[in-house]
Amino acid sequence: MPHSSKTIQKKQQVYLFGTCLIDNFYPQAGLDAIALLELAGFEVIFPQAQTCCGQPPYNSGFKAPALSIAKQTIDLFSDEGIPLVVPSASCASMIKYHYPTLFEANTNDKQLALNLSQRTFELIDFLHDKLPYSQQPKCPHLKVTLHESCSALREMNVASTWHKVLEQLDNIELFFPEDRHECCGFGGTFSVKSEPISAVMTHDKSQNLLATGAEKILSGDCGCLMNIGEHIVFEKSAFKKQANPCLHLASFLVARFGLQHEH
Amino acid sequence: MSTNFSQRIEQALADPQLRANFRGAMKFLRIKRQLAFSDEQEWRALRKQGAAIRQDVIQRLPELLIQLEQQCLQNGIQVHWAQDGDQANEVILEIAQNKQAKRVIKGKSMASEEIELNDFLAKHDIECIESDMGEYIVQLDHEKPSHIIMPAIHKNTAQITALFEKKLGIKTPEGDVDALIGVGRRILREKFEQADIGISGVNFAIADTGTLCLVENEGNGRLSTTAPPVHIALMGLEKVIPNIQVLPTLQRLLTRSATGQHITTYLNLISGPRKKDERDGPKEVHLVLLDNGRANIRQDEKLQNTLACIRCGACMNHCPVYTRIGGHAYGSTYPGPIGQVVTPQLKGLAEEGELLDACSLNGACGEACPVEIDLPELIRTLRHRRQESTSNAWSKEALVWLVWAKIHQHPKLYQQTTRLAAALRGLTPYIPSLWRKSRNMPKPAKMSLHQQVKDRSNIRKKAGK
Repeated sequence: MPHSSKTIQKKQQVYLFGTCLIDNFYPQAGLDAIALLELAGFEVIFPQAQTCCGQPPYNSGFKAPALSIAKQTIDLFSDEGIPLVVPSASCASMIKYHYPTLFEANTNDKQLALNLSQRTFELIDFLHDKLPYSQQPKCPHLKVTLHESCSALREMNVASTWHKVLEQLDNIELFFPEDRHECCGFGGTFSVKSEPISAVMTHDKSQNLLATGAEKILSGDCGCLMNIGEHIVFEKSAFKKQANPCLHLASFLVARFGLQHEH
Repeated sequence: MSTNFSQRIEQALADPQLRANFRGAMKFLRIKRQLAFSDEQEWRALRKQGAAIRQDVIQRLPELLIQLEQQCLQNGIQVHWAQDGDQANEVILEIAQNKQAKRVIKGKSMASEEIELNDFLAKHDIECIESDMGEYIVQLDHEKPSHIIMPAIHKNTAQITALFEKKLGIKTPEGDVDALIGVGRRILREKFEQADIGISGVNFAIADTGTLCLVENEGNGRLSTTAPPVHIALMGLEKVIPNIQVLPTLQRLLTRSATGQHITTYLNLISGPRKKDERDGPKEVHLVLLDNGRANIRQDEKLQNTLACIRCGACMNHCPVYTRIGGHAYGSTYPGPIGQVVTPQLKGLAEEGELLDACSLNGACGEACPVEIDLPELIRTLRHRRQESTSNAWSKEALVWLVWAKIHQHPKLYQQTTRLAAALRGLTPYIPSLWRKSRNMPKPAKMSLHQQVKDRSNIRKKAGK
């Protein structure tokens, strides 16, 4: 709903936090997130001063850099009337659930963190009831599988809305992999620090996802998609795969709603 | 252990049999647990109750322990306090020497593993035989338990058959589990009859009645605590609970989480030695209360929930790391997520801190914990503590994060770095990284999201706001 009282109907504004991974490696997923938000009638604000949410050092044991990044991010998205939308359950969870724990109780910073927490949403969860499902153009039949990221399942609790969105799409068949709730082995710096374990986990996950026979592997977290996708490409002869089958849900939805890519 | 953690991980991962044994067994346990908690609402309610009970215990631990001691003494149970493993071992040795005991039979007890009681007694010429089937198997092979509930889960039937033949000289038909259990049972029956002392662990100790609860399936716990003339129970301080009213909740959570059973075959409630008019039971019962670092854990508000643990093992059954490397790789008494949290606290972050790295913070353990221990948060907190306490502020990793922070705290610098990375994307295949051992290195995009958004006129620029 518009929050402005001006006579001209003003679009509801939303902030987009693009995430550093999307910014650097998968900008198309970010553009597609913007396209979907616009399709749902929002005006998207993307502050150029955004960087990373601070999760990598935070999870690695380095609290100080995480704290300063958190302050900076809270300051950047300070308008209390504007929701913050994040095309990653993992980064959304950092902002929503971990930022408030970084600050001492009864401080101004804590209040600001809690305020931002309340208006932080994972992209697909934010959009699931705002998309024009009745206006889908005719799309070819497609078998897809969904990787429910750990953050979507156990932190943001949005994995079920990811299903709901996919269930409302025409002409797709959704398959779930064996051990569907198990981690893909990414875990940020875990994938480097504990590479041998991570590699085994990633291999099992990739195998289970491909065994569904799906043509596309969908998820709302680019960290997992990068991990799984780059492993499948690495092992392409073993997996008999030519191309990387991983795709961000935002990009998949943009295609299914027939939106033109912006460039 | 002579090897370090990463070497043990490599060894475990290189053993396909071990991995298959764990993957299979853990999946079986997860499915059984899932079925036992099929009513989601009931699970949530029960879990909340369980968490509240354990929180209350942590808050009132000193008072509950004093009450437990008083009630035990009234019941005729002799109570001993042990500050650390050495003291606990000495207390037990003294009791044994007073009785001129040479043979001890022991029910399953992780606390006894923690203080390495078997080795200690052996050094003093006292034989201590494990009576839990799984524990008996690992003892026979001079190993340690690889799981806190299923000590021999790393071995399959064929491996145990070979072990029995090698160590006991008894051949059993291939794949015949019942025959193997029959062998163990026959040998252990004799040991129960001969034992001078029975030692057991404690699952819960009820403070207001002075009752020791022992949860088990094989009946070995009951025999170990009733057949020998002396029973010594060893428990970590945190196992106390206020009253019997809270027992059903914890019991249901424990057995369903551990093995998917609604109730175990045996639930022993021990309230004292044999009374005058009774014809069986031990003549003496001792309770050894083991601190060994637990009181310190309680002092730390952020970490004290570590003590809520009821040792069900669900966290390891659900851990994608544990299910691949198995319990031995951790090199500690308690493996898996709870071990990663307990061990560095008991033995020090400097010695055992590297255990904390073997975790992707996926949250499966915390979700499965029946008493709501936020294990990922505890692991994360310990990683922060490790960093804060380290004298190694100039480690390679610390420098990496220092540079990282400099870049990410300055949006202009961040954008310049991004552009530089994009310009040099052709060099991606030459970047050395462990990541490359199992994955391709993704190339930075030609144009970042920042740049592409800048080029779009319909997105409002609200930089700095």
